[in-house]
Amino acid sequence: MIVAESLSKYYGQRRALDDVSFRIGRGEVVGFLGPNGAGKTTLLKLLSGVSMSHAGDFCIDGYSSRRQPLEVRRRVGFLPDRPPLYDDMRVGAMLRFAAELRGLQGTAVTERVAKVVQQCGLSEVQEDLVRWLSHGYRQRVGIAMAIVHAPALLILDEPINGLDPQQIRQMRELIRTLAQEHTVLLSSHILAEVEHTCDRLLILNRGRLVAQGREADLRQQLRPDGFTLRGQGGVEQAAIVAQSLLGLRDVQVRALDSARFELLACGSLAARSTLVTALVQHNLGVEQLAPRQGGDLEALFLGLTEVPPSTGPGES
Amino acid sequence: MRPTWLICAREFRAYFLTPLGYGLVAALLCLHGLYFNVTLLQGEHSSYEVVQGYFFQSSGFVAAVAVLVTMRAFAEERQTGTAMLLLTAPLPEWQLVLGKFLGAFGFLCVYVALSAYMPLLIMVNGAVTPGHLVAGYVGLLALGAVVTAIGTLTSALSNSQLLAAVLAASIVALLFACWVVAGAVQGVLGEAIAYLDLMLSHYLSFSRGVIKLSTLVYYASLVYLALLAASVALRLRRWGA
Repeated sequence: MIVAESLSKYYGQRRALDDVSFRIGRGEVVGFLGPNGAGKTTLLKLLSGVSMSHAGDFCIDGYSSRRQPLEVRRRVGFLPDRPPLYDDMRVGAMLRFAAELRGLQGTAVTERVAKVVQQCGLSEVQEDLVRWLSHGYRQRVGIAMAIVHAPALLILDEPINGLDPQQIRQMRELIRTLAQEHTVLLSSHILAEVEHTCDRLLILNRGRLVAQGREADLRQQLRPDGFTLRGQGGVEQAAIVAQSLLGLRDVQVRALDSARFELLACGSLAARSTLVTALVQHNLGVEQLAPRQGGDLEALFLGLTEVPPSTGPGES
Repeated sequence: MRPTWLICAREFRAYFLTPLGYGLVAALLCLHGLYFNVTLLQGEHSSYEVVQGYFFQSSGFVAAVAVLVTMRAFAEERQTGTAMLLLTAPLPEWQLVLGKFLGAFGFLCVYVALSAYMPLLIMVNGAVTPGHLVAGYVGLLALGAVVTAIGTLTSALSNSQLLAAVLAASIVALLFACWVVAGAVQGVLGEAIAYLDLMLSHYLSFSRGVIKLSTLVYYASLVYLALLAASVALRLRRWGA
């Protein structure tokens, strides 16, 4: 449904996006991850139609952003990190204004506004001035405005920024509900949020798309030969044994308790077998050996985005 | 065109909800009235001279209102983040620009209407032909449209309201003072520069009660060019956004 091909964007000499390509299917909830300055907001601005790429193109439902920009904008709803609200308007009027601006007319405006008011839980504040609203309600009104024209693609830039835990929970539920009707592209630097909400990840770093896929698949790609070994005995002795073996990389050993340890490393099946033998020969017990599923999203994110500065596109 | 009217209506209403709108109108109306009283109602003047003087003075006040109200058109939307709402709407740039221009021009018309008590007082107490008033107001509104269009353009170019106002005021001052430059340049070029002058070559005839079609065409051309340039500026800014 969304096909982006070789998108590039420059700010002066700086390359903010470098040859970014991806596909997103209908109904997917995709998370955009990346450190500050990775190009997330630049990419979201391109997809929402606020900005134009200097090279490459993307299509939504077959409409090209270069040849049919209005058709593309008609199919996108965008919530920027700061919801675009007029403080002097009432919530209901603001939603009607957004609906009509996006081409809805007559009874369609009334029907869609009533629907998004109900979907986003805005009934209580419909007659309030926007300036009276709390931060959480402002975010909700922003989302309601983004979906009022029933867009195929909903783009949310940092939707939970500044929300309290209860509001975050409500927002998460709202996004899940919206995902039933829209393809959702969610950008956040709060990794737990992306982990909770998204089916798939796109990870940007220094303007490049460094990885895309499901979280588990990305972990596998990042450390395909990683494994975890749990054993009995001293941590220091286990570390000495593991580090003395050729064929193992990234060895880390930590104590689980006074008599047990956990060893994380990367290596082939043969290297793992050699490790088990060596540990047993040194009177260390082996309880469990398993491929590494692990680490959390943060570890995955750091693994994918920790690139030496000299290799980034911004430096070229 | 419906979205254009939506933007126009929103813009027009917003001027009455901000101090920049109603405060500005109140302050300039007050100054305008005082200035009119001090300069034209003292001493011996014929009704014709007073009305002519009124329209001459009003050009400056109308230009000031137009510069000050249009500075917020796009620059304020960028500062508050609401520009995102307009820029993601499925509308060509010219519709955004036209909506903003019409909203600001509508507000300018309100200012002109509120200041109409001055010539009406002269009309009631003196001898003024309706034709003189009609010609004066046609010229005043046409001049106001030119300055509003220039203000809309500079607001589309700038992220800062202040810079937009300074730019617009500079361009308008230049167009008001072309006759100074024209005096120093000989030949065809001097005549061309003199023709560009908004005031001496064009507006003065309206304040005297004469409607010049050539001036209306010139003013309409300036409005068109400024709004076209504003649309192009918005489109080009998408490449840098």
